[in-house]
Amino acid sequence: MVTQNVLKTNRIGLQRSDYLGESSTLCKGCGHNSIANMIITACFEMGLHPEKIVKFSGIGCSSKSPAYFLNRSFGFNGLHGRMPSLASGALFGDTTLKGIGISGDGDTANIGLGQFKHLVRRNMPMVYIVENNGVYGLTKGQFSATAEKGLELKKQGVNIYLPIDISMEALASNATFVARTFAGDPKQLKELLKAALSHNGLAVLDIISPCVTFNNQENSVHSYSWGKGHEDPIHELEFVPARDEITIEDFEKGTIREVTLHDGSIILLKKLGKNYDPTNRNEAMRMMEEAVRDNCLVTGLIYVNSETKNLVDLCNLVDMPLNRYPSAKLRPSKGTLNDLNLKFS
Amino acid sequence: MNSKIVNEFCITFCTVNGSGSATANNIILNALFKMGIPVSGKNIFPSNIQGLPTWYSIRVNKNGFLGRVELDDIVISMNPDSIESDIANLSENGVLLYNDQIPLPKSDSKLILYPMPIEKLLTDSQISSSLNIYLANMVYVGVLSWLLNIDLSLIAELLTRHFKEKTTALEMNKKVVEISFLWAKKNLEKKDHYFLERMDVNQGYIMSDGNTAAALGSIFGGVQFIAWYPITPATSLLESLNEYLPLLRKDVDTGKNTFISLQAEDELAAIGMVVGAGWSGLRSMTATSGPGLCLMSEYLGLAYLSEVPLVVWDVQRVGPSTGLPTHTSQGDLTFSYFLSHGDTDFVILLPGSVNECFEFGWKALDLAEELQTPIIVLSDLDLGMNEWMTLAFKYPDQPIQRGKILWEEDLKKLLEKQKNDWGRYQDIDGDGVPYRTVPGNLHPRAAYFTRGTGHDEYAHYSETPEVWERIHQRLKMKIQNSINLIPKPILIKQDKAKIGIISYGSNDPAVLETCYLLSKKTNYCDYLRIRALPFTDDIPDFLVYHEKIFVVEANRDGQMAQLLKMNFNGYGSKIISIAHMDGLSLSAEWILKQIMKIEDAK
Repeated sequence: MVTQNVLKTNRIGLQRSDYLGESSTLCKGCGHNSIANMIITACFEMGLHPEKIVKFSGIGCSSKSPAYFLNRSFGFNGLHGRMPSLASGALFGDTTLKGIGISGDGDTANIGLGQFKHLVRRNMPMVYIVENNGVYGLTKGQFSATAEKGLELKKQGVNIYLPIDISMEALASNATFVARTFAGDPKQLKELLKAALSHNGLAVLDIISPCVTFNNQENSVHSYSWGKGHEDPIHELEFVPARDEITIEDFEKGTIREVTLHDGSIILLKKLGKNYDPTNRNEAMRMMEEAVRDNCLVTGLIYVNSETKNLVDLCNLVDMPLNRYPSAKLRPSKGTLNDLNLKFS
Repeated sequence: MNSKIVNEFCITFCTVNGSGSATANNIILNALFKMGIPVSGKNIFPSNIQGLPTWYSIRVNKNGFLGRVELDDIVISMNPDSIESDIANLSENGVLLYNDQIPLPKSDSKLILYPMPIEKLLTDSQISSSLNIYLANMVYVGVLSWLLNIDLSLIAELLTRHFKEKTTALEMNKKVVEISFLWAKKNLEKKDHYFLERMDVNQGYIMSDGNTAAALGSIFGGVQFIAWYPITPATSLLESLNEYLPLLRKDVDTGKNTFISLQAEDELAAIGMVVGAGWSGLRSMTATSGPGLCLMSEYLGLAYLSEVPLVVWDVQRVGPSTGLPTHTSQGDLTFSYFLSHGDTDFVILLPGSVNECFEFGWKALDLAEELQTPIIVLSDLDLGMNEWMTLAFKYPDQPIQRGKILWEEDLKKLLEKQKNDWGRYQDIDGDGVPYRTVPGNLHPRAAYFTRGTGHDEYAHYSETPEVWERIHQRLKMKIQNSINLIPKPILIKQDKAKIGIISYGSNDPAVLETCYLLSKKTNYCDYLRIRALPFTDDIPDFLVYHEKIFVVEANRDGQMAQLLKMNFNGYGSKIISIAHMDGLSLSAEWILKQIMKIEDAK
C-alpha cells in the first residue's frame, strides 16, 4: 500500500512526499507517529492543498507532532491547553482554510478542558485530534485525567481518580462529530480522518495513542496490547469523497448505512453485529456508558450531525478571506466620523 | 453672603445605586456643556447593582480645569444612609438640596438648605407609583434648574435625545421636571451664591467617555477581530465595539460583516483568540482590566516572542486581586512593562484624554502591525467610564498601516531580491522588524511553523545558545526602535520654570490645574506628559534640564517614578515621586499640597 502511494500523484498532482513534515523526535513506536503518518496519507489521498491547511497544537508530546506532517502548511504551536482559542481566532483570517488541531489528553482533559468544551460548544469548523495515552510524556509519566482508576505505574503508584472520557465530554457539550479510534488501527483512523476533514463543524477525534515509554503495559487501557485485545468497532467505515461514485454491490443490502456530510461526501458504515445509528445522540451516550461497563474500547464514528450551523456560518462574513480584505475599506469615512462627533456634541 | 460665584463650583448628587439617577445626572452634565461652560462629571459608584450609596460629581470651571476637587459646593442628597458624610464634604457656605423625608443630622455648619418635597411633587404629577423611584431624580433636575438657572428647554431637548421614541417615559420625565421647577420657583428663595452663566468656549468639543472613544478609534483603525470577556471597568469598551461594529463595518456592497466579535469563556481564551487572529493577519484586539490582564500574560509572552501583532486595552481599576473593581487607578503600569515571564518589553500607550483614547484606538492597531508585537494601552476607570468634555474626534491623518506583511507577489519579489534567502524572523532591513506571511498565502515558501519555543531566523526549532541570544537581542532592538513610531510626550512650558512635573494618563486635568496653581505662587514649572513607553529621547532631556522632577501618578508605589529611576538612574536623586492610591482620581489640590510641602521645606 505505502510504496504504491509514494509513487502516485493525487488529483492535484502532488505526491505523498509533498505532505511530509520534519522527522519525528518522539519515541520510536509512539502512537503519535502513526497518527502523523495517517494525516499525511489522508490529506494526500483526498488531494487537499497543503497550503490550504493550518495546523495547531498546545503543549506536550502530542503537540510537537504538527511539526512532523504537512511542512507546506502554516502551523502554530500555542500554549498548554489553549490551542482551541488560538485556532478559533486564527481560522477567521481565511475561512476557506482547513484547521487541524493536535492535542493530548493532558492538554485537553486536564489543563484545557474548559477551552476544549467551549470549542465544541461553538462548533468551530476544524478537526480536533486528541492523541490520548493517559499520561504526561514530556514530564516523564504522570497520570493524566484520562488514566483509568487503579492504573499502576512504576514511579507514580496507583491512580485513585476516575477518568474523564473525552468523547463523552464532547458529546455532553453538543459536539457535531465525535469519533474514537486507535493508533493501532490505521485503516479506521484514516477513514475517520477523511470524514473529519470533510465535516462542516468541529470534528473530535479521540485517538487512543499508546505511550510506549510510560504507559504501554498490557493491563493499561491506553496500551497497544489492550487496545488490540479489546477494540470493539461499532461498524466498518469507508469514506467516499463527494466526487466519487459509490459502489456498494460488495455489501449485502441492509447492512450499510450512509451518512452524507455537508460537502456531499459520504461515510459508508458497514454493520458489525449490532445495528448502530451514529446520528442518534441518546444512543451514542448509552453505547458509551455500556462500553465502560463492558470494559471494551469502542471505536468508530460515535456521533455525527452535519445539519447544525458552525461558528463561521453564524458570523455572516464577507466572502473574500478577511485577511485579504482591502485595508482602505476597513476605515469608515470622514463623513461618518463627522456624524458621530455631531451626535456627541 | 459672599459675592457671586459664577461657573466655578462642584455639584455632587448623592443617591442609592440602582435608583436610576444616571439619567438625571447625565442630563444636567450635558445641559451645562450645552450652555458652553467647561464641565466634567465623575461617577463614584460601589461594586453593587442595587442599594449601596453612589455619588456623581459635576464640576463646572470657567477656566477649563476638569480634574476632581476635594470638596463639594452643592450637594443633592437623596440617600439617608450617606447624608451625614455628604454634608461633611461640603465647602464652607455649601448648599444642600435634600429629599425632605430625610431627617437632617445635627450640624453646626452654616449650610444653605433647600428641602425638596419629592413625594408630594410626584403625587402632584399623578404618575404611576411604580416608576417613582426613577422619577424622583427628575425632581432634583427641576429644582436645580431653577436654582442655577438652567434653561428648561435645554433639559427637554436632552430628555428627548435620551428617551428617543419612548414617548410615554419622555412625557412623564418632562412633566416631573416642569412641576418641580415651578414648585421651586414659587416656594424657594435663592439664598446661595452659586450661579451659572452661559459661556462660549465649548466650540469644537464633544461629550464622550474614554471607552466609547477607544472603541470608535479602534473601528476607524480597521479592527477586524475582537474577543472579549466582560470585566469592570472595560465592559463598556467591549459593548461599544459590539454596538458600533455592526453599524459602521458592514461591507458596502454585500451588507456582510467585515469583523468578528467572539465572547470568550474567559480572558485566557479571549487573548488566545486575539493572538490567533493577529497571527493570521487580522487587526485584532481585546479589552480587559487588571485581573484579566493577569490571565492574559502568558499568551502575551508568546505573542511577544513569536511576534504577533495585537492590541490589549487595560482599563485599570484598583488592584491587586479583585481590589476595588469600580474605582480608578494607574496601578498596572509596572505590571504591563514587565508582563509575562522571562525577558520581555512591551510597547505601552498612555492616553490622557477621551480624544486621545480615540486616537490611540487606531494608532495602536497600526503600531501592532508595524512592530509585530502586542501593544498594551493603559486607560483607567476615570477616563474610560466617565463622560468628559473632549476635543472632537479627529479623522486619522494617515492610511491604515499594515507593516511588513507579504502576500504571494510580495514574497516572490522579496525572494528574488534576497536570492531566495528568506526566513520569517530574518532582520532584512536592520530595524529589528522581520517580514511576515499569514495563513492563506499560497506561495509554496510562505508557510512557517510558529512556536513559543526557541527558534532561529527561519522559524526552525532551536535550543542553540547563540541563536536564542541573537533573536532576543533583536527583539529588544525592535522594541527600542519603536520610539520612532510611538506618540511623543507633550511638553507644556512655563517661563522661568525650574521644576518639572512628569505625569501621564487621566492625571492630565489635575496636573494642568496644579501647574496653574503653582504659577500663581510663582513656582513656575514645566509639565511633560508621557504618552507611550519605551521612553523616548525627550525624557532624558527633560530630566537634565530641571532641578527637580515631580512624578505624579495614581498608584501606591510611584510606578512611573520607579521606571524612570531604573532607566535613567543618573538622575535618580532629582526624581521625586508624588503618588497616591485611594481609588479616587488625583485632585490638583492634593498634588499642589505635596509639591508645596517639598518646596517649602527648602
